Amino acid sequence: MIEFLGKTNIDFIGKRKYSFVISSLISIIGIIAIVQMSRGAANLGIDFTGGTTVQLKFDRPVPLADARKALHASGITDLELQEIKDGNKLLVKLGKQDHLAVGQAATVIPAAFTKAMPNLQVTVDSTTEIGPAIGDKLRKDTIIAVALSMLGIILYIAWRFDFKFGIGAVVATLHDVLAMFAAYYVTGREFNLLFITAVLTIAGYSLTDTVVVFDRIRENLHKDLKGALHTIFNRSINEVLSRSIITSLTTFLSASALFFFGGEVIHDFSFALLIGIIVGAYSSVFVASPIVILLEQRAQRKQGNTAGAPAHA
Amino acid sequence: MPKAAGWRIALIIVFVALSCVYLVPTVVPTLPSWWKGILPKDKISLGLDLQGGTHLVLEVETQKAVEGTLDLVATDLEDTLTSKNLRYKRIGRTGADTVSIVLYEKDTAAAVQQLIKEKYRDYDQVSTVEDGGMIGIQLRMREKDIQERKDKAVAQALETIRNRIDQFGVSEPVIARQGTNQIVVQLPGIKDPQRAIDLIGRTARLEFKLVKEGVSPTGDVIPDDAEVLNEKIVDPVTGAVNETPFVVQKKALITGDLLTDAQVRIDSQFNQPYVAIEFNSLGAKLFDQITAANVGKRFAIVLDNTIYSAPVIRERISGGSAQISGNFTEKTASDLAIVLRAGALPAPVKVIQNVTVGASLGKDSIDKGLMAGAIGVLLVICFMAFYYKLSGMVANLGMVLNIVYLLGALSALGATLTLPGIAAIVLLVGMSVDANVIIFERIREELRLGKAPKAALDAGYDHAFLTIMDSHVTALITAAVLFQFGTGPIKGFAVSLSLGIIINLFTSLTGTRVIFDLFLHKGRVKKMSI
Repeated sequence: MIEFLGKTNIDFIGKRKYSFVISSLISIIGIIAIVQMSRGAANLGIDFTGGTTVQLKFDRPVPLADARKALHASGITDLELQEIKDGNKLLVKLGKQDHLAVGQAATVIPAAFTKAMPNLQVTVDSTTEIGPAIGDKLRKDTIIAVALSMLGIILYIAWRFDFKFGIGAVVATLHDVLAMFAAYYVTGREFNLLFITAVLTIAGYSLTDTVVVFDRIRENLHKDLKGALHTIFNRSINEVLSRSIITSLTTFLSASALFFFGGEVIHDFSFALLIGIIVGAYSSVFVASPIVILLEQRAQRKQGNTAGAPAHA
Repeated sequence: MPKAAGWRIALIIVFVALSCVYLVPTVVPTLPSWWKGILPKDKISLGLDLQGGTHLVLEVETQKAVEGTLDLVATDLEDTLTSKNLRYKRIGRTGADTVSIVLYEKDTAAAVQQLIKEKYRDYDQVSTVEDGGMIGIQLRMREKDIQERKDKAVAQALETIRNRIDQFGVSEPVIARQGTNQIVVQLPGIKDPQRAIDLIGRTARLEFKLVKEGVSPTGDVIPDDAEVLNEKIVDPVTGAVNETPFVVQKKALITGDLLTDAQVRIDSQFNQPYVAIEFNSLGAKLFDQITAANVGKRFAIVLDNTIYSAPVIRERISGGSAQISGNFTEKTASDLAIVLRAGALPAPVKVIQNVTVGASLGKDSIDKGLMAGAIGVLLVICFMAFYYKLSGMVANLGMVLNIVYLLGALSALGATLTLPGIAAIVLLVGMSVDANVIIFERIREELRLGKAPKAALDAGYDHAFLTIMDSHVTALITAAVLFQFGTGPIKGFAVSLSLGIIINLFTSLTGTRVIFDLFLHKGRVKKMSI
């Protein structure tokens, strides 16, 4: 039997002060990211804002400064450039001021390059033009989609476990989602539909680990009615620790294959998945269970306050 | 063999066979002739992001169609009142749903009211007294009719666009209505997307209007019944646009509805392409009368409010054919012929979304996606075999079954595979062994407690069942939401993901279990390779 971890006995619950600080920090950055997004200050994809992007491929490397100069010379000034590592590719994102008629960008932009650098070979890899009306609709749809899936998860977990576990699971899931926003925001990646897809996927996936831990806690609670919550929780987490790590690891392996070999289109998407998988494993141990403990202890204190009243088993 | 295992093995084999049968149309490029009848023909098609192509969302400006109808009513009323010698001050469309008539006298008003009652039964009529004792009559289109007109406009636009694309020549285009006033157009593998966008988005309202001589287009006084339109001449070499303004009569004498055909011809003298058009019998008669009555005047050929040419009528033209010349290249001439043949759009359309992926990027995406998939599968297989030994290989077998089933299901549904869809499959590879990991770890625990392999196996599957169920259901909830809200590539992701999750539930709980049962059922195995 190969085991990465033998029998562990780590005091996870006791470390909750540290983990709460770390998680709060991550969550706050995530919330800042969302606030910045709604203010339009974050790097929003044209899925949501409307606009034009053109991805070009050259036969040789073109420095960003030269590219900018070439576009400026043709009167296109309101733009963002983004280099794509492999294959001399460049993403040109047009701002609202240089709005071209639909279908024009695919001609105008490469023309600007050939005009400035006559012997440069330019091919248009892809063009995306999205009207503002579509952006608005997508934004609304996204909010509804995220809200609906969260609601679905809450209802399901609340039905399967009791209410305190439901809260723990939802807080952990929200934490994972916020962490993905935070990671994207800090690394300056573009928030687009693919990112939202990754977020929803992880929201569903990261629960797996949480459910595994909760299942064990529930099982042990039934077996050991007298033990301290603290000990039972710790024992349960330690018992399922290796499976939590391995389930995350297998998915992590396939997601990293996407990240390293999947190409530029899904590069950021797989980055989001990787972050989500790691954070999901972390949160099932360090966020979900401690929250349940917290809620349980509070409930017990309340019971203690109403001393004298017969305890309901 | 244990009894219960029999039907499960049969089920697994039947599903494998089914998946293979369903995959045949996807894998085999041209199906043999005997592959007919009940055998499946649906296959996995590649999304635009993988094969390259253009995805357009068009919005039909339906209000313009309503206004067009009202303008026609106004013109018709003008003609009728003039022919009946009923004097009016002004007739025209006002606002979004009304035609207003202003008359000088009460007597005419009564006659006009009667006439409208007979001719425009579907309109609400209101009379008002205007300044100076004049009588105003308002014809208002009813809300139901407005909605009907808008609805019809979208349907007509869809039909016209379909015609244009058919004539342009795109294989397997998708043209579908979306919502109340949008049309989605997908053109796979298109080489010249901009030309296609121009062709689809052009309203193509062709009108013949007489040029008003003796009125300066730059002057301030343009008569009420005239307007200024520009003739645009694009220099084919420099691309510079030269505009010449003309004053033309507002009223079109002939419109594109009266055409029966439009073809590209080459002028033998200058080797210049032009578009030859043929009128139907009514159009031919009108053209004959108008040219006879206006010899020596200029006749402007107007397309979407731009003058293509304004030749002088040298003589009466009978026979019902005419030609449109401008500074055409062969491409622009052929596109013009297509839009004229397919007819005008009932209302202008606006392209609100255009996603175009070049064929080379699509190819690149497929290659890299498949590469990433292969590496992902390999990594997971190696890990599982290393960590769980023979049991790991059983889980790997389950994963391969998963992929085969998933591809078979996608093929059976005729689903579209997108790059995120490939990503979902790769992700599922990792997730599909997860269920087995949960089971195996439980089995290990039971073994540590000293249970026999068979008992440990049963306990492992029993205890893990609910956990696996829970994790699959939550994953399915979000996948379903993605499916509901996603479009294009995202929808492809959601389809692969949801199908994969359901299939995974089957293979992990039934597929791998049966293999273990086969090995362990007689209790001869003393030690489990896990």
